Amino acid sequence: MVEVKLWGALSASVGGDGSVDIEAKNIRELLRKLAEEYPGVEPYLKRGIAVSIDGVIYRDSWSTKLPEGAEIFLLPRIVGG
Amino acid sequence: MSIDVGHKARDFKSVGTRPIRPDGIDKVTGRARYGADFNMPGQLVSRILRSPHAHARIVRIDTKKAEALPGVKAVITWADLPDLTEGDAGLYDILDNCMARGTALYDGHAVAAVAAIDARTAREALKLIEIDYEILAHVTDVDAAIAPGAPLIHNDVFAKGVHPQPTTPSNLAERSEYGHGDVEAGFAEADAIVERTYRTEQTHQGYIEPHACVASVNSDGSGELWVCTQGHFAYRRFCAQLLGMDISRLRVTSSEIGGGFGGKTHVWGEPVALALSRKAGRPVKLVMSREEVFRGSGPTSATSIDVKIGASKDGTITAASATLRYSGGAYAGTWADLGAQTAFACYDLKHVKSVGYDVIVNRPKSAAYRAPSAPMAAFAVESAIDELAGKLGMDPLEFRIKNAAKEGTRSSYGPVFGPIGIGPTLDAAKAHPHMSAPLGKNQGRGVACGFWFNFGGQTCVDLNIGADGTVNVAVGTVDVGGSRASLSLVAAEELGISYDQVKAVVADTATLGYNDTTDGSRGTFSSSMAIIRAARNAIAVLRGRAAEMWDIPVEDVAWEAGHAKAVGAGHGNLAPLSLKEIAAGASKTGGPVAGHSELVADGAGVSFSTHICDVEVDPETGATRVLRYTVIQDAGKAVHPTYVEGQYQGGAVQGIGWALNEEYIYGKDGRLQNAGFLDYRIPVCSDLPMIDTQILEIPNPNHPYGVRGVGETSIVPPLAAVANAVSNAVGVRMTHVPVSPPRILAALDAERGD
Repeated sequence: MVEVKLWGALSASVGGDGSVDIEAKNIRELLRKLAEEYPGVEPYLKRGIAVSIDGVIYRDSWSTKLPEGAEIFLLPRIVGG
Repeated sequence: MSIDVGHKARDFKSVGTRPIRPDGIDKVTGRARYGADFNMPGQLVSRILRSPHAHARIVRIDTKKAEALPGVKAVITWADLPDLTEGDAGLYDILDNCMARGTALYDGHAVAAVAAIDARTAREALKLIEIDYEILAHVTDVDAAIAPGAPLIHNDVFAKGVHPQPTTPSNLAERSEYGHGDVEAGFAEADAIVERTYRTEQTHQGYIEPHACVASVNSDGSGELWVCTQGHFAYRRFCAQLLGMDISRLRVTSSEIGGGFGGKTHVWGEPVALALSRKAGRPVKLVMSREEVFRGSGPTSATSIDVKIGASKDGTITAASATLRYSGGAYAGTWADLGAQTAFACYDLKHVKSVGYDVIVNRPKSAAYRAPSAPMAAFAVESAIDELAGKLGMDPLEFRIKNAAKEGTRSSYGPVFGPIGIGPTLDAAKAHPHMSAPLGKNQGRGVACGFWFNFGGQTCVDLNIGADGTVNVAVGTVDVGGSRASLSLVAAEELGISYDQVKAVVADTATLGYNDTTDGSRGTFSSSMAIIRAARNAIAVLRGRAAEMWDIPVEDVAWEAGHAKAVGAGHGNLAPLSLKEIAAGASKTGGPVAGHSELVADGAGVSFSTHICDVEVDPETGATRVLRYTVIQDAGKAVHPTYVEGQYQGGAVQGIGWALNEEYIYGKDGRLQNAGFLDYRIPVCSDLPMIDTQILEIPNPNHPYGVRGVGETSIVPPLAAVANAVSNAVGVRMTHVPVSPPRILAALDAERGD
C-alpha cells in the first residue's frame, strides 16, 4: 500500500482528499487501480499524467517500481518548448 | 529506464571538449537545406487566405472563380479537411486552427488555401475567393475576456477545475491550483508584505526561419513531408490523424531548423499543404511570410498576475500566493497551469498557494515558448521578491539565498525536492565579480532566479559502424542547438574513438523508431542516454567479433580505449584489435556491426538558474541599454560547453527582448498592428553586450554521464532580472513587461505626479 498525493485538480476529482492509498507495486498498476477506484480521474489520465517518486518525475516509465516509503506525487504531464 | 542509466563518476576524453559542429560548414556556406530549400518535380506553390477579422462567422465561401483561374490546381476550405478527430478535443482544436470551421476566431485565422503553378497565380486566386463574414464581438485582453459581459468565443467551453462545474459557458477554460499550508496564517505572521499585479504582453518565439514545408500525397494514399520542425514524428502523427492516413505511409523528413523555441512543436500549415497536394495530385510547397508567422502561428500567452508575498523581519518568507491569468489564444490551453506550478518553485515556503486561470481570447492559438509559461510567473514573483527584500532592508541576493529551496523542501507544485541546484547558482552569483562591479548614474542592477522542469521521453537511435571503422549515429531528436556535435562526442566517448570518426544525422520517420519531439530540454539528455546504450550494445558485438577473430571465449575480451583486448591467462601474445580492424573483418565474422537502442529517458531532473543584469536607462527617452549580463546555471555535465553556453546566451537574449521591447499590439478592431520585425523588435547583436555564462556541473544522478537539459531555463529569469535592474535604475517599480521606453516614461511621470 502506498500513499499517493494528488495535485489540486486531481484531488478534487477524488472528493477533495489530498491523498489516497493504493495497493500498487509500479506506476502502471497505480494508475490502473486509481482509475478503477476513482472514475473521476479518468479525464486527467487521458490528458496525461506524470508521477513524481521522491522528487524524480516519471512521464512514461510505467514499469518503474514504487519503493516502500517513497513519496509518490501525481502531477499533470507538462509540455516543453 | 534500466539501471544502467544511473550516473557513475568517470574521467572524460571527448565529452567536455569543444570541436566544430558537423553542420557548421554547410550553414556558413549556405549549403544547409532548410524548410524552403527543398523542391520536388511538378511542385505547386500554395498560399493561405486568412481572416481579417478578430471574430467572425463565415456565412458563405465561394471558391469557384479561384478554381477557374488558369494555373490554379486546387483550392481547399474546411470542407476538404473532414473531422476525423473522433472526439479528441485537443486534436479538433488543432484541426480548427489549421482551417477555420465556420467561425474565424482571430485576425490571421486560415479560412481557405490555394495551390497554383506559381506564387503570382496563387496570390491572384486568393483575391477571387468570395467570403461573407458576420462580424462578431471580440475580446483580446486576458482580463477583459473573463469579465462579466465579455464576448463569448466558444459556446461549449465550461470551466474545468471549478467545483461545481459551471453550467454556462465562458472564456475561462480551466482553473488549476497548487500549494500547501495556510497562506492566510502565514501572512498574519509577516512583518512586511508586498502585493501587486503584474502584466506581461504576448510575444513570439521570433525564430528567423518561417514555417515551411513541401508536401506530396500520392494517388495510392502514401505521402511525404519535408518540413522545418522540432518533432517530425509528432508532425507525422498529427498530419496522419487529421488526413486519415496510416502513420507508416507518411514519411516525414525534418529539414535544418532556423529556430523553433517551442513554436515548431505544433502543426500549422502542414496538414493544409498535404490536403492541397492530395486534391491537386502534385507536390505542394508552403512557406509562411513573416506576417503570417506572427498572425497565424503560435505566440506565447499574455498574462495578468497578482502576487502577494510576506516575510518576517529576519528575512524568512512566511507566505506567498499568486493568481495567474494566461491567455491561451482562441482555444483552451494549460498555460496558466504551468505558470502556477513554476511560480514559487525556487523557494522553501511553509505556506504557498498559486491559482491559474486559462483564458480564451481572440488571438492566435498560444504555443509553447522555451520553458513555457515560466518566465511570466518568474517575472511577477521575482519582482515581488526584490521589492520585499528592499522593504526589509535586505540585499535581494541574500534574501533569495535565505529562502531558497533545497533538498528536502516541499516544492510549491507538490513533491519534495531531492538534490537540486538553486543554492549553488545563488552562491556562485554572490561570489561573481559582476555582483561587486560599480554602477554609475542612471544605472541599476537586477538579480532573478528561474526554474524549469525539463523532461526526457521516448527516444530511439541507431549506431552503425562502417567497414573503415567510422561510425554513423542516426538520431530522431531534431538538432536545434548543436546536438549532432554533442551526440557525436558521446558516441566517441563510449566507443573510445575520436570525434572525427563519428557522424551523427537526424533520421526521417521511415528509417528510425519513434522519437518524441525535441522539447523540454530533452534533445541531448535523451539521445545521449540512448547513444550510450546503443554504443554499449555495439561494443558487445565488437567483443564477440574479436573473440571470433582470435578464437577465444568472448568473456576473455575486454573493450578499452577503442580496442578489443584479450584478457586472462594464455592470451598475452594477442595484440589489441582496433575498432577499425574489427570493422574491416566484419563481413567474415557475422556481417555489419551495429548498436541499437530504444528507451524512455525519464529522470531529467529539475533545473534552476540565477541571472545578474546591469542596465542604464536614459531618463529623457526611457531607452534602456543592457550593460552587462551574467547567466549562472547547472548543466549536470556540459557535453559540449560551447553549445551549453550558446543555450544560456540564447535564452537570455530572448528574455531580454521580451523584457524590453517585444509585444503583440492589437488595435481596437482586434487586428494585430505590428506583424513584422520592423515594428516587433527583437534584440540583435549590436543591441547587447556579450552575455557572460558560468556553467555549474552538479551531476544528474539519472544520466550515465550526469547530463542535465539546458535549453530552456535560461529564458526564465531575464524578464525579472531586467525589470528589477530598470526599477533600481529609475527608482520606480516596473510592473508591466515589456519595460519599453513609453512605459518607463509613463512610470516616471506618474512618480513625479505629472
